[in-house]
Amino acid sequence: MTQAHPTATPSGPGSPALVLDGVSVVRGGRTVWSEGTLAVPAGSVVGVIGPNGAGKTTLFQVALGLLPVAGGRVEVLGAPPRRGNRRIGYVPQNYTAALGEAVRARDLVALGLTGSRFGIRRSTPAERARVQDALRRVGAADYADRRMSELSGGQQQRVAIAQAIVDDADLLLLDEPLANLDLRNSHEIVTLLGELRRERAVTIMVVAHDLNPLLPVLTDAVYLLDGHPHHDPIGEVVTEDLLTHLYGTRVRVVRTAQGDLFTRSG
Amino acid sequence: MHLDVLAAVQFQDNWLQVLQTTFMRHAFLGGSMVAVAAGLMGYFVITRQNAFAAHALAHIGFPGATGAILVGAPVTLGLAVFCVGGGLLIGLFGKRVAEREIATGTILAFATGLGVLFASLATANASTTTNVLFGNLLAIGRDQLWVFGGFTLLVVVALAVIARPLVFASVDPAVAEARGVPVRALGVAFVVLLALTITMAVQVVGTLLLFALVVTPAAAALRLTARPSRVAALAVVFALVSVWVGLVLSALVNLPPSFFVVTIAVLIWGGVLLATRDRHEVRPGRDADTAHGALPRVPEHTH
Repeated sequence: MTQAHPTATPSGPGSPALVLDGVSVVRGGRTVWSEGTLAVPAGSVVGVIGPNGAGKTTLFQVALGLLPVAGGRVEVLGAPPRRGNRRIGYVPQNYTAALGEAVRARDLVALGLTGSRFGIRRSTPAERARVQDALRRVGAADYADRRMSELSGGQQQRVAIAQAIVDDADLLLLDEPLANLDLRNSHEIVTLLGELRRERAVTIMVVAHDLNPLLPVLTDAVYLLDGHPHHDPIGEVVTEDLLTHLYGTRVRVVRTAQGDLFTRSG
Repeated sequence: MHLDVLAAVQFQDNWLQVLQTTFMRHAFLGGSMVAVAAGLMGYFVITRQNAFAAHALAHIGFPGATGAILVGAPVTLGLAVFCVGGGLLIGLFGKRVAEREIATGTILAFATGLGVLFASLATANASTTTNVLFGNLLAIGRDQLWVFGGFTLLVVVALAVIARPLVFASVDPAVAEARGVPVRALGVAFVVLLALTITMAVQVVGTLLLFALVVTPAAAALRLTARPSRVAALAVVFALVSVWVGLVLSALVNLPPSFFVVTIAVLIWGGVLLATRDRHEVRPGRDADTAHGALPRVPEHTH
C-alpha cells in the first residue's frame, strides 16, 4: 500500500473506514455541519450521536455518495464516496415501515445481492446460499419465507441487517436500528452487532438517539456538537460535561457495580 | 316494464356462433393482450402505491380520446398521448404520497372537465363517449389489434429487462438508491409502461372500470403469494380468466362484456379475500416478541 498524499490513508486493513478532512455539508441553502475532520478506525463500532436535526443521517448520505459535500475531502474505505458502493451495507431509518405485504424476508435479502442487476436471470444456487447464510447469521432463518408485514419490529430489523451484510460489506451504516424496539429486541440487536464485528472485521456505524443500549458494544463515537462532527473513543465521549453540552440538558453518567455504564438525564 | 328488463337479459341460442364471429375473435385476442400487460403491471402498481395514479391516468385518457374524435385522429393515439403525458406530469410531483395524491386528483378533475368539453364540441355520438367511459371489447378493430400487440410486446420485454431493479426500487427505494439503482429513471420508465397499459385497458373495460383489470387481479394474487414472479403470473391468469369468461357470458346473454369482465375479476378477488382471511389477520410473527415475555433485562433505562 502506498501513501497517495500526506493526509490520505491507504485502503486495506488498519486504515480508517471513513475519513473527513475539512468537510462541510449544505442542504437547501442551510449549512448542516461544517469543519468535519475525523477518521473512523476500521473495525470499530461507532455510535453517531447528537440532538435531532444535527445531521447524523446526513453524514451517512455523504458516505453513501447520495449527497455531495460543499467543501473538503471525504474518503470511504480508501476511496471517494460513490453511489452504489457495494462495500457499504445500509439500513435507513424507519426502514421497515415502508414495506408492506408485497415482499418476503428472503426476497428482500436477495435484493441486497442481485437487486441492481438488469435483465432476466434466475438466482444461482451460490447466491441463494449466500442469502440463506445471511439470514442464518442474523437469526432470521426461521421466518425467512414470511412476508415482511407479518414480522415483528425486531424481526424486520434483523432481516434489514441481513440484507446489509449479504454482499459482504466492509462498512455497515445503520440509521436508528433500535428505534421502536422493546428492551429485549434492542438488546438482541446490539448483541448481534457485537458478534458481527467479532466475526467479520466489519466497521459498524450506528445512528442512535439513545446511547445506553449500545454502550456494551461501542468502541468509538462520532458526535455532532455545535455544528461540527467530532470523533473520539467511546470512553472519552461518555462524560457528563460532554453529553450535557451535546444534548443541551443535564446528563449524568452512572457506572454500576458490574462496570456497566449508563447515562441518564437530570 | 319489469318484463322488458328481463327480456333484455336473455339466453342466446346462437352464442356459439357469436363466439366465432370476427369481432369476437378480435375481442378475445385484444382482451388477452391487455390482460397480460395489466396483470404484469399490477404488482408494481400496488407495491409503488400507485393504484390511485393508475385510476387517474385512465381518466386523464378521457380527454385524449374525445379530443382525438374532435380532430379526427385515432382514439388510441389520443389516449396514449394523454396517458403518457399525464403520467409524466404526475411523476414530476413530489415523492411524498400525500403530495402526489393531491396533484393527481387535481389533474384528474381538470382532465375530466376537458374531456366533457371535447365531447360536447365534437358532438360525438353518445356511443363513442360511452365506449371510452365503459369500454367496448366488441368494438376493437384490426388496426387496434396491431397497436395492442406492439404495446403488449413492449411492456413484456421492458419489464423483463427492468423487473429486478424495479422490484428493488419499488419495495425498498432508499436502499435501492444507495445501491446505485437508477430509482428515478425506473420510475419514469414505469409510468410510461403503465400509461401504455392503461391506453389498452381503457378500450377493454373503459375509464370507469379500469381498476378492476389493472389492480384487482394483482391484489388477489398478492394475497396468495408474495414472490414477485408468482404474483405476476397469477395476476395474468386472473386477468385472462376475467376477460375470457366475461366474453363468453356476454355472448351467452348478448350484453356488453365490460360488466362481466369486471364482475369476474371482482369475484376472484372477493373469493381470494375470503379464503385467505384467517391467514392475514393472525400475525404470528407480531406475537413472537412478547411470547417469551419481554421483561426488561436492563434494570435502569432512562435518558
